[in-house]
Amino acid sequence: MTDVVSFPAGASAKPARRDIGIKRRYAAERRFRAYGIAALSFGILFLFILLYSVVSKGYTAFQQTMITVPVEFSEQIIDKDNERATDPQKLVTANYPLIARNAVAKVLGVAETDRSGLRAVNQMISDGVRGQLRDMVVANPQIIGTTQTVSLLAAGDIDSAFKGQIDLSVSENNRKVSDQQVGWMNQLAESGALGKHFNTGIFVNGNSSRPEAAGVGVALIGSFYMMLIVLVLSLPIGVAASIYLEEFAPKNKFTDLIEVNINNLAAVPSIVYGLLGLAVFINFMGLPRSASLVGGLVLTLMTLPTIIIATRAALKAVPPSIRAAALGLGASKMQTIFHHVLPLAMPGILTGTIIGLAHALGETAPLLLIGMVAFVANYPTTPMDPSTALPVQIYMWANEAERAFVERTSGAIIILLLFLVVMNVGAILLRRRFERRW
Amino acid sequence: MNMLSEAAVEKALDKKMNEVAYKMIGKDVSVYYGEKRALFDVNLNVRENTVTALIGPSGCGKSTFLRTLNRMNDTIEGCRVTGKITLDEDDIYDKEIDVVELRARVGMVFQKPNPFPKSIYENIAYGPRIHGLARNKADMDQIVEASLQRAGLWAEVKDRLHEGGTGLSGGQQQRLCIARAVAVSPEVILMDEPCSALDPIATAKVEELIHELRANYTIVIVTHSMQQAARVSQRTAMFHLGQLVEENDTDKMFTNPDDQRTQDYIMGRFG
Repeated sequence: MTDVVSFPAGASAKPARRDIGIKRRYAAERRFRAYGIAALSFGILFLFILLYSVVSKGYTAFQQTMITVPVEFSEQIIDKDNERATDPQKLVTANYPLIARNAVAKVLGVAETDRSGLRAVNQMISDGVRGQLRDMVVANPQIIGTTQTVSLLAAGDIDSAFKGQIDLSVSENNRKVSDQQVGWMNQLAESGALGKHFNTGIFVNGNSSRPEAAGVGVALIGSFYMMLIVLVLSLPIGVAASIYLEEFAPKNKFTDLIEVNINNLAAVPSIVYGLLGLAVFINFMGLPRSASLVGGLVLTLMTLPTIIIATRAALKAVPPSIRAAALGLGASKMQTIFHHVLPLAMPGILTGTIIGLAHALGETAPLLLIGMVAFVANYPTTPMDPSTALPVQIYMWANEAERAFVERTSGAIIILLLFLVVMNVGAILLRRRFERRW
Repeated sequence: MNMLSEAAVEKALDKKMNEVAYKMIGKDVSVYYGEKRALFDVNLNVRENTVTALIGPSGCGKSTFLRTLNRMNDTIEGCRVTGKITLDEDDIYDKEIDVVELRARVGMVFQKPNPFPKSIYENIAYGPRIHGLARNKADMDQIVEASLQRAGLWAEVKDRLHEGGTGLSGGQQQRLCIARAVAVSPEVILMDEPCSALDPIATAKVEELIHELRANYTIVIVTHSMQQAARVSQRTAMFHLGQLVEENDTDKMFTNPDDQRTQDYIMGRFG
């Protein structure tokens, strides 16, 4: 250490500084910030456009036009020969739309002999009234022969016209509602008989080819079953697999291969999982088509890599000092993991799981392949029954031609988005609840 | 080479055997991390109810040796230990020995205070619970109180036993970790630089505590501070490059060491 390297010449005085471009450095930083803000604004703008377009088109779907009139449950029409005591089918198969038509025609003053007028009146009422009135009569046969005030579902076209979604300036021949019907509609609206009510049907009804009677009830139940199956299967399997891989498995070529494959599986297009489900669960194992059980299994496969990756990251993030502390006290490896590591990793695991579930909830492509893109009007009672799912329902409605389906498609999207928001808020709350500092 | 010859070691050991009781005896202990050898045939005995300080420059193997004493090296992938270490009469690397049992007898305190993110009470109660040391709640309360008193923390925390252990100050956390180690009634306590993350006042408290614990426990402490080694220990062992350079009474070590390298290290000429 005798050779002392001296500073370059002039070092004894204050060294002259080379120009390192301080101004340029600050400019670069400002530019970078501007890029960031621009990117962010762009994203927020598109989010806003998306929400605006969906909400502005969809909010009307939560209102339904109804015609409230006194309906005479005429014994003459329902059960002419008084056979209902012996033949229960009588009440089920009676001509209820006729009762509804007569009720509205009476209010509008259309003569019973005016056949074309009666047909026009009939077109203003949804065919859904058949079920509506039938359910009333079957539940309480005593109302036969009496007159009750009933809110009848208006037909989809009247619903659209009343919400101003049909352009009435178009020539009468080129639109779904006639001038006569529009006149009646306005007449009924003025007398207060026709008006918009909250549309509970969109939440509880099954699918229907008549937009005014169509709802996401079946899809909600299908999605609920699938989420339940995904949660029950993928959380324990995923967490167990992660714990084994992270804590117990030896680090060798084989486990490396598994790790690479798990990461790849998370990126496999979801439609491939649909093909897998079709081949394995339906063709090989013989499970029924369109069943939410199969959908749940397929989505489980799809969600597993996400959960495993999130869980492993959460386990890795637990400080080694906590493991050392537990091991140093004489806890076994299993005790260390289950008493200390897992509780600390819980927020990460739960967040990953909920994000995985939210992803699965919005997944459409694999469900198309296993036959969940089906017209299902009846509630599935078990996961083995045919069902559909929320995103698939949206996909199906988006293909329908009627104007009233446009708002229902957006309405269903709003429902789906609400569920996703609820799940993500749940994830954040769980994270806050379980988060511990160390 | 100033290494003591094998025969000289044996002779010295025999002589001392008559006077002192050895709690742990390490014979020809070598440790490998994969291909790399970290410890070279270390022969070091730990005396009962004595504080033994392990000193030496960074990377000399003192922490590695400490961790062989309760088999914490088992948790490191690719780590291999050869030689023989006994605790009383039991070979701790014997297949018959349960590592869980061993760690209950040989406790450990780490460099950074690492309380569990649970309440103070739960921190202490965890060890006794998994080892089945308490029959009921009253037993456990007693163990918790006794352990905290031993660690000199009782007065400071007795009113907030059910608050988080991570809310304590650094020095308190480290004493909590010592109390946690004490709670399972170990025979030996290993401390890996227990004061390196603490301020001088907290350090003084921990050192005082180590001094008191000596009455009931055998303590092995790794430290980078010469002063600390001099203050708390009765025996000092100097490691260098994976070898045990010298092991002697602390007083002698710091005044008149046998080995030149010890002298150099203590004087701050290297390391």
